Amino acid sequence: MAAVTSTPVDLSAAFVMAPTVLGDWLVILPPALMITAGALLMMVRHRMHLHVRIAIPALLLLVLVDAALLFKVATQGPVTMMMGRWLPPFGIAFTVDLFGALMNLVAGTVAFAAGIAALKDINDSGRRYGFFPFLMLLMAGVSGAFLTGDIFNLYVWFEVLLISSFGLLILGSEREQIDGAMKYAVLNLIGTTLFLISVGYLYAIFGTLNMADIALKAREIEGAPLMTLSALFILAFSMKAAAFPVNFWLPASYHTPRITVSALFGGLLTKVGIYALMRVMVMLFPLQREELSLVIGLLAALTLIIAALGMLAQDDMRRMAGYAVIVGIGNMLAGIAVGTVAGISGALLYALHSILAMTALYLVIGRAAALTGTFSLTAAGGIYRVAPGFAFASLALFLAVAGLPPFSGLWPKIMLVKASLDIGAWWLAGTILLSGFLTTVALGRIFLLAYWRPQTKAEGRGEAGETLAQDRQTLWPLYGLIAIITLFGLLPEGPLGLSQLAAEGLLQPVSYIQSVFPAGGAQ
Amino acid sequence: MEFVLACLVGAFFAAAIYLLLSRHTVRMLLGIAILGNAVNLLIFTGGRLTREVPPIIGSGLDTLTAGAANPLPQALILTAIVISFSFFAFLLVLTYRAFQELGTDDTDEMRLAEPKNDPLPPAGY
Amino acid sequence: MNTLIFRTVAPFLTALMILFSVFVLLRGHNEPGGGFIGGLIAASAFAIYGIAYGVAAVRRAIIVHPMSIAGAGLLLAVVSGLVSVFAGVPFMTGLWIYPSLFGVEVPLATVMSFDVGVYLVVVGAITSIALALEEREED
Repeated sequence: MAAVTSTPVDLSAAFVMAPTVLGDWLVILPPALMITAGALLMMVRHRMHLHVRIAIPALLLLVLVDAALLFKVATQGPVTMMMGRWLPPFGIAFTVDLFGALMNLVAGTVAFAAGIAALKDINDSGRRYGFFPFLMLLMAGVSGAFLTGDIFNLYVWFEVLLISSFGLLILGSEREQIDGAMKYAVLNLIGTTLFLISVGYLYAIFGTLNMADIALKAREIEGAPLMTLSALFILAFSMKAAAFPVNFWLPASYHTPRITVSALFGGLLTKVGIYALMRVMVMLFPLQREELSLVIGLLAALTLIIAALGMLAQDDMRRMAGYAVIVGIGNMLAGIAVGTVAGISGALLYALHSILAMTALYLVIGRAAALTGTFSLTAAGGIYRVAPGFAFASLALFLAVAGLPPFSGLWPKIMLVKASLDIGAWWLAGTILLSGFLTTVALGRIFLLAYWRPQTKAEGRGEAGETLAQDRQTLWPLYGLIAIITLFGLLPEGPLGLSQLAAEGLLQPVSYIQSVFPAGGAQ
Repeated sequence: MEFVLACLVGAFFAAAIYLLLSRHTVRMLLGIAILGNAVNLLIFTGGRLTREVPPIIGSGLDTLTAGAANPLPQALILTAIVISFSFFAFLLVLTYRAFQELGTDDTDEMRLAEPKNDPLPPAGY
Repeated sequence: MNTLIFRTVAPFLTALMILFSVFVLLRGHNEPGGGFIGGLIAASAFAIYGIAYGVAAVRRAIIVHPMSIAGAGLLLAVVSGLVSVFAGVPFMTGLWIYPSLFGVEVPLATVMSFDVGVYLVVVGAITSIALALEEREED
């Protein structure tokens, strides 16, 4: 096919002509690295001794790359790379601002911790089903979602992480897991379909999928059905984030897989939904968010109360943790509803705290079940006598989850309460505090029954104890996460300052847009 | 023409939602398949319906001929089809396994993960 | 499903379909076709073979596990994207070389190796799902 070129083609009309700086590759490296590692692991799927040797260094590398990316973004502002050299808004852009980079680093850290915890928790049969390849692909999806600057590409990353989460959820194919996976799969698929519908409408309205371009156009466009579009996006992302009234898939499924998988899911998946909601509603459609703030606020309040009550009603500790994840979602939604710099940075900070704390919470529960032989609060007991050190670490984590000083949950909660009082939404502030109180009661009950209570005759003892042997190795990632949470609680200035800057960048995405369109304007 | 297709999309959505409301997993699966098609048709219609030239650069030319159709919605649909196809394949296997393992296709009876007689936590020791 | 006619025809049909799938894959370079549709054709070829001769026969025929094929494809696709780091252009930029083969200039591109990767991913993933479904029918 010899193409006849009649005229010399002006490449600069279609291509980014400036040479790519090597440092810009950091933008694409996290998902590319994870896909490469996942592909390698799929190729050697039967040689299981290789899995650990590939997966753990890859995850460590991911954390380092994420940290380097955050450093670059924090010092130089948002970074953009156009896939395939095509000029924006036509090519797919990967644009990273402080918001995306922060979420990405924390998510990478949690994945590393979960990878180490999996060394003991996931046995050979779990590895044969492909735990590590699925973990790599899940992280590719998660980091791709945090880094992309194109809304359809965001949808694709959502699907990548969704399909790998299916694989992780049914690891081992036990009957309970299949039951949970059925509900998780169907409802999440409907959620992403809603997202796809919204993207279709968005393209019909704007004629572009590049987020920076949309952000520019959304502030000027008139007479477009943006409210409908925003409502659709809120519904779709609420479903992903498990906000009331579309949260019921989460407590139905998150307690069924292995505890490490639960920990990963509880930490990461819902937060990707919140990330997308903030990206779309705060950065792209600020006016519509303003209009819908009462609706979002009511959703937040209902989520907070229903989930806290759900926590109180559970006997199974894992299901209680599932509701704890939803309480966190309610707090973040409250921040989005408030919408001021303080509110958004509170929500972001809460998201970061929640990624760490929820993963640690599931790991603590897994360890507690290994010590007592049961997940049931009726039967568990006596942990404090067996393992006092672990009991103290758990108490620290419970305080952090409940938002009590001196741990990481405190600062975002103070910011959220103050931000809602500042705009006069006393009811929202009250709900946050009430829900925090109920969470404290529920977690206090775990500590009281499973830790302080003298050993009871546990009927299920030994069943879970076999799968989770008394290995110190499972504890390192747990203690690592709790140490980060404590540090974050004691020295909050760094994260606070960064989240403030990230929230400002999200509300006034000037530098984000400038990074995509260096010349200043679109086209 | 848009009107007809809009009605068709509506009919697809209605059928999909009706099927999804069913308690039987196989019907829900069919509902999901129809829902995916409804969305694809919606994006297709949203990308304007024209009788214009297909967006293919002819041999000997450098640019598209004037009035060519917009290829992007089609590209989006293609991606969405691929994704919904793979999800459908996965769900098919999952539903089949669920039927084999749980012995039912009625979601009301799938209460293994959330047992009906789940005890409340004790109020004290 | 294993009638005499079907069992006789299946190997030829499988071979023809795989050949056609490669044709469609390479045609996708400049004309309609490509890795995804080619991969689907190849996967259905394996599915037909599996219906006729059983899953074990397919697994023997393709030697490596289908998921390993998918993994290799994924790796090839990512590497095709990463090659552009050496050219100083962004990820996934198409790079071309024009080697001369028996006096004919053959344009090769990372676009094409990416497409081959897609082909392998689709073949591997869909075959593994199809085989899993067929396996269940037997027991």
